[in-house]
Parts: sequence; structure tokens; C-alpha cells
Amino acid sequence: MKTSVKEPETQVKRPDESLFKRLTRQQLFIPVAALTLLVLFNLIADPSFFAVSIKENSLGNPVLSGNIISVLDNASELVILAIGMTLVTASSGGQDISVGATMAIAGSVILRMVCGTEVTADTLHMPLILAVLIGIFVSMLFGAFNGTLVAYFKIQPMVATLIMFTAGRSIAAWINNNQLPIMNDISFKYAGTFLPGIPVPTPIFITAFMILVFWLVLKFTNLGLYTQSVGINANSSRLNGLDPQMIKLLTYVILGVCVAVAGFIRVSRSGSINYSRIAENIEMDAILAVALGGNALSGGKFNIYGSILGAYVIQFLTTTLYKYDVPSTALPAYKAVVVILLVVLSAPVVREKLAGMKKAPAKAAKGVS
Amino acid sequence: MQEGAVLEMRGICKYFPGVRALQDVDFTLREGEIHALMGENGAGKSTLIKVLTGVYPKDGGEVYIKGVSGAALIRSPQDAQNAGISTVYQEITLCPNLSVAENMYIGRTKGAMTNWKQMNQGAGKILKSLGIPAGPTQQLGTCSIAVQQMVAIARAVDMECKVLILDEPTSSLDDQEVQKLFGLMRDLRAKGVGIIFVTHFLEQVYEVCDRITVLRDGTLVGEYVIEDLPRVELVSKMLGKELDDMADIKGEAGGTAVSLEGAPVLEAAGLCSSAGIKPFDFSIRKGEVNGFTGLLGSGRSECVRAIFGADHVTGGTVKMDGKDVKIRKPLDAMKQGIGYLPEDRKGDGIVGDLSVRENIILAFQVMKGFFHPFSRAQAEAFADEYIKLLEIKTASADTPIKSLSGGNQQKCILARWILTDPKYLILDEPTRGIDIGTKIEIQKLVLRLAAEGKSVTFISSEIDEMLRTCSRLIVMRDRKAVGELCGEDLTQTKIMATIAGGDEE
Amino acid sequence: MKKVLCLVLTLCMVLALAACGGNSGGTPADSGSQTPASTPDAQPAGDTNSGLITVGVINNDPNESGYRTANDAAMRAMFTEANGYKATFYNNNDAAQQIATAQQMIQDEVDFLLLSPASTTGWDSVLQDAQAAGTQIILFDRMLEADESMYVAAVVSDMPAEGKTAVDWLAAQGLSEYNIIHIQGHMGSDAQLGRTGALDEKVSAEASWNYVTQQTADWDEATARTITQSVIDSGKPFNVIYAENNGMARGAVAALDAAGITHGKNGDVIVMGFDSDKWAMEAVLEGSWNYMGLCNPLQAETVDSIIKDLVAGTAPAQKIIYTPEQGFEAATITQADVDTYGT
Repeated sequence: MKTSVKEPETQVKRPDESLFKRLTRQQLFIPVAALTLLVLFNLIADPSFFAVSIKENSLGNPVLSGNIISVLDNASELVILAIGMTLVTASSGGQDISVGATMAIAGSVILRMVCGTEVTADTLHMPLILAVLIGIFVSMLFGAFNGTLVAYFKIQPMVATLIMFTAGRSIAAWINNNQLPIMNDISFKYAGTFLPGIPVPTPIFITAFMILVFWLVLKFTNLGLYTQSVGINANSSRLNGLDPQMIKLLTYVILGVCVAVAGFIRVSRSGSINYSRIAENIEMDAILAVALGGNALSGGKFNIYGSILGAYVIQFLTTTLYKYDVPSTALPAYKAVVVILLVVLSAPVVREKLAGMKKAPAKAAKGVS
Repeated sequence: MQEGAVLEMRGICKYFPGVRALQDVDFTLREGEIHALMGENGAGKSTLIKVLTGVYPKDGGEVYIKGVSGAALIRSPQDAQNAGISTVYQEITLCPNLSVAENMYIGRTKGAMTNWKQMNQGAGKILKSLGIPAGPTQQLGTCSIAVQQMVAIARAVDMECKVLILDEPTSSLDDQEVQKLFGLMRDLRAKGVGIIFVTHFLEQVYEVCDRITVLRDGTLVGEYVIEDLPRVELVSKMLGKELDDMADIKGEAGGTAVSLEGAPVLEAAGLCSSAGIKPFDFSIRKGEVNGFTGLLGSGRSECVRAIFGADHVTGGTVKMDGKDVKIRKPLDAMKQGIGYLPEDRKGDGIVGDLSVRENIILAFQVMKGFFHPFSRAQAEAFADEYIKLLEIKTASADTPIKSLSGGNQQKCILARWILTDPKYLILDEPTRGIDIGTKIEIQKLVLRLAAEGKSVTFISSEIDEMLRTCSRLIVMRDRKAVGELCGEDLTQTKIMATIAGGDEE
Repeated sequence: MKKVLCLVLTLCMVLALAACGGNSGGTPADSGSQTPASTPDAQPAGDTNSGLITVGVINNDPNESGYRTANDAAMRAMFTEANGYKATFYNNNDAAQQIATAQQMIQDEVDFLLLSPASTTGWDSVLQDAQAAGTQIILFDRMLEADESMYVAAVVSDMPAEGKTAVDWLAAQGLSEYNIIHIQGHMGSDAQLGRTGALDEKVSAEASWNYVTQQTADWDEATARTITQSVIDSGKPFNVIYAENNGMARGAVAALDAAGITHGKNGDVIVMGFDSDKWAMEAVLEGSWNYMGLCNPLQAETVDSIIKDLVAGTAPAQKIIYTPEQGFEAATITQADVDTYGT
């Protein structure tokens, strides 16, 4: 792919540049450092954090259990959203704040499809894959709606998506006639829990699959180059034959796909939906993941793997805080503190300073020898 | 400090990753002089200015300023301003969404309260005294580029400075405006202000400057009193080599003998666009170099933008190789084998954060299609080929293009279009803000492309440059094509006369 | 072509939105819960047509929980023209929006204003206006802070009693040690305060009662699952899950199932939930859960009879009427209970 992922090898190195300085300049430095810090903290505070054991779940299947598995499992929706959010951010220089509400819509559509008109259904009324495809399609439509407002009507992304942010959950409720449908067929829950005989939570596979798909898309299409080019300089991109509006729209539609997959995982975990609460505030975490990944929220160059790592960092942090019984009302405050630290650390100004600080003693040492 | 000096820089060093931008450079500015800072693109002029004004921290050396004991500490543009150093940058750095007066006073009002009336009156007075055609309450973005530039100068002038830095202030001004600026500079000189003047226009240097400091490849070549340095010598010092007669490059590249017969590659009739130009006819033959000329704002850029489909085309027909084609958007034009280097390099040309490599392959990549990206190896091969061919100075192909000097950025854009192997290439102001060496290289390149059978439309504000390259000129006035000159008519006086329109009536 | 496309898309969305807002006549859905500016569904027409009693119903967002959905649906089913009412409904979780709508309804001279306030304070002006206009106020489901004279009746659930019943039941199980995962609702809400209060009291009084963790999941199933999962991952022993609503209990059970921890009548962990969801009562009936504290959302009938009495000239015997509530446990629950109380 043509993003900056490969830059480490090609970046010019000055001979007197310390390893530390080179490291701090990498885009992935912050998420990797944050993850390392969290891992170290947990290793020192309680190494049992990393224990993974095999248990038997209530259906008699052997399943892996442990904090690490929980982090990987629970981060799934966020990781998938972060991928789409990165593209939207890169192309339009703004964020979609309606992803939580659109997840509710996608989840509602999928449940409506499999439950038919029943409130509590014990069997699938439609092949699951078809229901999911319909959910993805509907979610893409809503993505296209947001994208149209942003690209063609030139409305700021946050304002444009505010519409769906406000209306989305009502639409989700309306899709199911305001009832809370429950799907009891066990196969519906495979995607959110475990497949029979496989000890790893299914969301981890779905996430891996999505990452793989985007890796392939970025490798075998020009999506990366085009979105970055449009995000950095739309005028110039247009004069090079690109259609900036179409590309912006495209990224919002792609985000729609991500939202639907995340929504499917979420409803599949429990087989039901609560329109007001499902994926509440997840848009903020998704935006945060993009920022933590070292991507500029003003658009342009992006590193999708940074965002993915950022999403895992957020979930790792959440799980760690739960483990140490931090009251969950206080959780957002702790997150905010950590976030401020990370974001400040990732600011170019601070990184330069850091690199400078490390360089001075290194030089002094050289002088002595 | 030396007697009479207002500013002294000693042993200035500055490094960027992979580049030594400045190496042990000295510079002295005396009271009441206009001092030209000359050098090719990438010689270190802009870097030196940015170090002086605190935009970049320096890696070595000292700066002394009159009235400040010891080495001056300049760590931010604010520090520089407080020390009496004002700057007008090449790229306009004002806020287009604020009013003219606000732009002039931004960051200098004391306290939180602003006396709007006083501010607008003060601004109005200065604008009037400088003859700048803008009202203080007008939104800056609605002014022309030239006026914006003059507002930037007005802002700097008003700041009671000891040192005024003008970094390429004239590149978007027309002759009259330049004269106005020079008058202003002379006034300031008389008041004892030291002026650092960075420009590529040799004539302008010899018109107003007292002294010249020449930089090359980040090192100091020397400081000269203007009378002691004839033009040819200055150019050779800048380039670091003896210069052949510049006027002869047309001959070098194989002569102007382009056949004016043969079928046109592109033929446009009654073309007009949303940019407000009057319908015009245009044609170009295989291997021909022609050009649009005219004053700033005469519509020459709008014409070529209409041909390329960059503006919304509202009427007219276009034929490529005799066949009717519809060009509604740039991609249509690209598919017909047309390339376009836009006038506004920063706004329309480069994609700043992307690497040199990505910038070079961009247009070709777009033509190849969404689902057919070049492999990394292919892209690298293309980029390396053109970096070598056009001698683009960059640390590597992965360097973001925005960190290159203007001339090298322009070469990347040229590379981008040559890579697409166009039949017809439109170059709108390819040499603006570029050093003389690169200018000549670009002119040679244009003629070489023509010799290879490509057609080129060349636009430049410098008429002698057009004369050297073009075999036919379309003259624009007030958004209308008013004449076409070729052969013996192609002389400076004839062009001037046509532009001025005096002999028509 | 693209312009056409974008037009069509926009049109689609606008239609979808319009459809969403406009169907309230046919189904209980009401987009008013999310669009504060929306006007009430029907204009009360005063007493002019055929002697119907005009009522304005202000409730919370029906999507908030299964409990609220049932509560809202019951109100809408009761106050119909067939039952002699001309009713206007409004749903919003924002008290300020509720207050604005209440004032509008008073101006429209409804006979009765049925109110489930989103917050307990800030209603003084509404109550005074209502008194001046002769509109009678009946509170349902939620209380507000005001003198009893300002409203004619309040039909509410006794949250502290619900908590007390549940904790007493738990104590009666006679475990040697109580290690409790306590999953709280939205902090500060009536239900959370009542249900937490009883348990807090017991835990601080008894040495053998301990919290393994006490966290709010904000009524969210997924958060409840994460909290439970976290306790399982850390390996701390626990034998009780006390979740303050059924949705959260369900999330906790999902985490138990994933880890293969048995629960319910014959399991290792006691599972307790609240509210009135039918599926939850079925889970108790199956023995997969141990206890569900009923919080009766069906106040509509009681409110109806109070209104009919008032119109006939009889004031209610008590100002505050608690809806009949009880706890259901796996050992004694019957299919009849599920059918009667499940919603």
C-alpha cells in the first residue's frame, strides 16, 4: 500500500541521530508505546492479567478465557469502526459522529430480518447471511446519505452526521415497531460469541477478516492514494483527474459497511438490542482510536494500522481499569487523563522536545569517550 | 557589530533530516540599505530568513541586532517582531476570512479590547498612502492576489520595523504595482530601515538594491556592492558555473523552425467557461510551442483551464486530431492526452503531505485506474527516473514534497505530466518563483518536448521568456483574446503594444 | 448523473425520516422521543367533540428499556377514543423538553396531564400553571419533588420496597458467604437508588456479605457483560449477580455462559434481575435465572380508574398509590405468572 507504513525502512537517517529520536518520529510510536506501557503496568502490578485458560462454556465447547482474550474480543467493534473512521477522516478532514446510531440501525435491521414480525423468535426467519447483507446495504445507504451531505453539499462532517446522530436511534426503533426483538436461535449468536468447537471468540476472526480485507483493498486498489490526495489537496486532486466528491462519498459508504459489521457483532453478542443504549458513545472512542494512531483529525495522510492499534489501546485501557475496580462512572475521566497524555505526547512539538532531550546526554557521552 | 549595521548573522548553521540547509553563513545588513539575497532554489535563502525570523530554530551561529546587547535570542516570529524584524513571505500568510484592517493589526493590538474604529481608520490611512486599492473593512479573500500581497507589505511597513524582509514580494505583482512597491522601499531606505530583498528578478535587483549577498548550496558565496557585480557575473556566481548566453537557448534546443503547416493536434472553437472568459478560438499543431500572454487577470489562465476542463465549460467545441471530443472534467482531457501544470503550485499543483514519488506518479496512476495501482517497485522506478532526469533535489523519493524548494516542487509537477506521455502539455507559469538556473532548464525542456513532437502551451509573466520559447502568442486583454502574433511580429514592443491595445483604434 | 444520484439519495433519506415521524397513529412508535421540536401527535380538541376526556401524556423515551417500552405501550393502549379519551402523547428523556411540552398542553386546556417526569425537580411553574388552568395532574411511574397538594394522585413503583424484597429473598437463600457482583443502573435514577440502597445496607451490616465489584453499567447490556467478564478474567470468586434491570442481568449471564459458569436454580451463581420482561420471567421459569423483582409497568389501568372516579366526582383514597409488585423466584414461579405479569 502507498501509505506511510513502509517509511521506517526508507526514511533518511543521519549518522548522529539516536535510535530514540528515530523511534519517536515514527507515526506508530505513540500507540505502540502506550500499549507497551499498559502491558508493563499489568505485568508489574499483577502478571496474572495475562493468564489465558481453557474453560468449557455452557454449551460444552472448550473456549479460551482471560483478560487478553477479552481485550481482543471486546475491541472488535471499535477496531472495525476505526478502520472506516480513518478513511473518512483522511478524505473529508472530519469525523462521522453517527456511527453509534447507525450501528443501532444496522443491528435493528438485521434483527428485524431474522425475527420477521415476531418479538421473540426461536428460529431464523431468513438465512443469516442474507440478513447481514441487507443490514450492510441499509447501513451503506445511510453512509451515502452522510457522504452526500459532506461531499456534494459541502456541510462540515460533524454537522452533517449530527442529523443521523440525532435521528438514528429513533429510526432503529421504528424499524422494529418500537419493540425490543429477541433472537433465541443459537446460530445467530455464533458471530458474537463462539463457533461450536472453536475456542477463540468469533469477533476476533471477523475483525481479522476485516483487517485482511482492508489490507488487500489498500494493496490492490488506489483507495489509499486517492483518499489521502483528496484529503490533502482537493483542488490539486481534481486537476489530476480525480473526483474528490465521489471519493469522499465512497469513504462514507465504506464506513457504512464497517458500521454494519460492527453492529452485527454487537447484536449477535446478546441476540437483542436496546436502541438507546447500544454502542452509546462508541463514535468518540472510534475518533479517539484514529487520533491515537497518530493520524491527523484534519485529514490527509493516514495510517490505518495506527488506528487499529489505537482501538486496541483503548480497549486494553478499559479492561485494565475494570480489572482494578475503577468505578465505571469514573472511567471516562481516567480515559480522558490518559488520552490527554497520549495526545500531548504525540504532538510533533513534544516529540521534537523529547528527541532533543534524549540527544543531549548522548552527545555528552560521546564527548567523554 | 560593524559600524552602521542593524543586523549581523555569524556562522549560521541549520540541518534538516538528510540536508544541510545552511552551513556557516554570515550576513550583514546595514542601516538604510536594500540588500538583495540571491541564490538558486534550495540555496538556503528562505531557510536563512526563517532562521532569522524564528520560524526555524538554528543549529549553530549567532544573530546580533542593533540596540540589543549580546547575541539576540529569537525563538519565535513574535520575538523577531519585537526585535523590529518584519517579514512579508512569498506565500501569503494572512487570513483570507478576516478584513483587510484586521489582517494588518492581527496579533498587535494591546489588551483584549479592540478599537475597531481606530483600527479601520489607521488601516485606511496606510492603504491610501501606499495606493493600495482595498478598503479596510473589505474581506481579504475577496481581493486579488496582488492586493493581498500588498496588504501583507502594508502590515509589515506599519510595524515600525528596523529590518524589513521581503521574500519574493513581486512574483504576483504587475509592473505598476512593482514600481509602487519600489517607491515604498526607497522611502523606507531613506528613513534608515534595512531591507532584505529576496527575488528571482535580476532587473529588479539592479533597479533598487545597494548590495547583494549570494548563497549557493547552503553556503555563502560572497557579499558584493551592486556596482561591482555585473549581471552575468551574478548569475554565474549563483549557478556556480560560467553561463552561456541565456538568450540563445532556443537555438541550442534545435531552433524555432516549427512547421506552421500540418493538422492541428487540438482545435477549440468558441470555448468559454464559468470563469467568465469571452468565447475564444484556439489551435495548436504537433511540435508547436505557443503561449497566452497578457496582464495579470487578463484571462490567460482561464483559457487554458477551459481547454483542460478545470473550470466548468459553458460553450464551444473541441477537436483532438480532427475528431470531436467532449472535455467536461480534467480526466476527460487527460484521456485525450492533455497535461496541465497549474498556475497556483501550492493550491492546485502539489499534494503537500504526499511524497515526491506519489506526487510524480499521481496523474499517471489516476489514468491507469482505481483497480490498477502501480507496484511499489514500478512507482519507485518512475520516480527515480524523473528525479534523475530533471535533477530534482530531494533527500529521497519518500520526502514529502512540501519540504522541497519551490523550483524542485515545480519539477515534480512537470515530471508528473511528462510521465503521462501527453500529446499536448499546458504549462501555466511554470517558472514563477523559481531561480534562474531552473528557469532555463524548464525552458530547454519545453523546447526539447516540442522537438520530440509534443505540443506545448506556455504561459509566463516574463515576456522575454515567452519570446525565447514560443513560436506563436495569443494576446489576452480583459478576458478576451485580442490578437495572435507569430513570426516577425514576435517582438517585445509589438507584444506590449498589443497588450496595451493602443494601435487598435 | 451524480447530481441525480445525490438527489435521489437525499430524497430517500428524507422520506425515511418522514415515514419515521409520521406513523405514530398506527404503531406505538414515536419519533418525538428524539426530535425535541416535534409537536404532539394529535391536537387535543377540548371537550367539543362527543364528551371525550382530553389527556396529555408525557413519558420517557420508550427505547430506554423493555420496561419503558411496555409502560409506554400500555398507556397508549389505554388512552384511546374507544376508552373515552382524546389523548396526546409525548416522549422525551430530557426534562426541559418535557416541561415545555407540558406547558403547551396546559395551554391547550387538557383535562388531565399524565406525567412521568425525567427529573424530580424543576416542575414548579408547570404545577402552578396547571392549577391556575384547572388541569389536574396525575403522576405515573416517577415522582417529583413538590407538595402533595399540587397533584391529584401518583401511581408509582416503590423502588426501595423492590430492593428490600429482593435482598430479603437473597438472605433467605442461606448461603454461607455472599460474594456479589452488583451491576447498577443509571446513577441517581429512582430505580437505581431504591434497588442499591437495600443491598448496600445489608452488605455493610453483614460480615459474610461482600461486593466483588460494584459498578454501574448505565442500563447497558454490553457494559454489564464486560464488567462480569472482567471479574471472571481476574479469577475472583463470586456467587451472586445482582443486576438492577433484566437487560444487564442478561449481559452478565452471557459472560457466565461464555466462561462455562453455571447459574440459576441448580447452578453455582445466583442471578437476579428487575423489571417485567417476559423473556426474563421465562428465564426464571426455566431455572436459568433465580429471581426477578417485578417492577410493574402497567399503571395505565390504575390511572384510568382514578380519572373515571374523578370525573364522577370521587377523589382517590390515597395520594400515592403503589402498583402491586412482588418478586418471582425459580422455585415457585408458574407459567400463569409469566402470562399475567410478563410484558
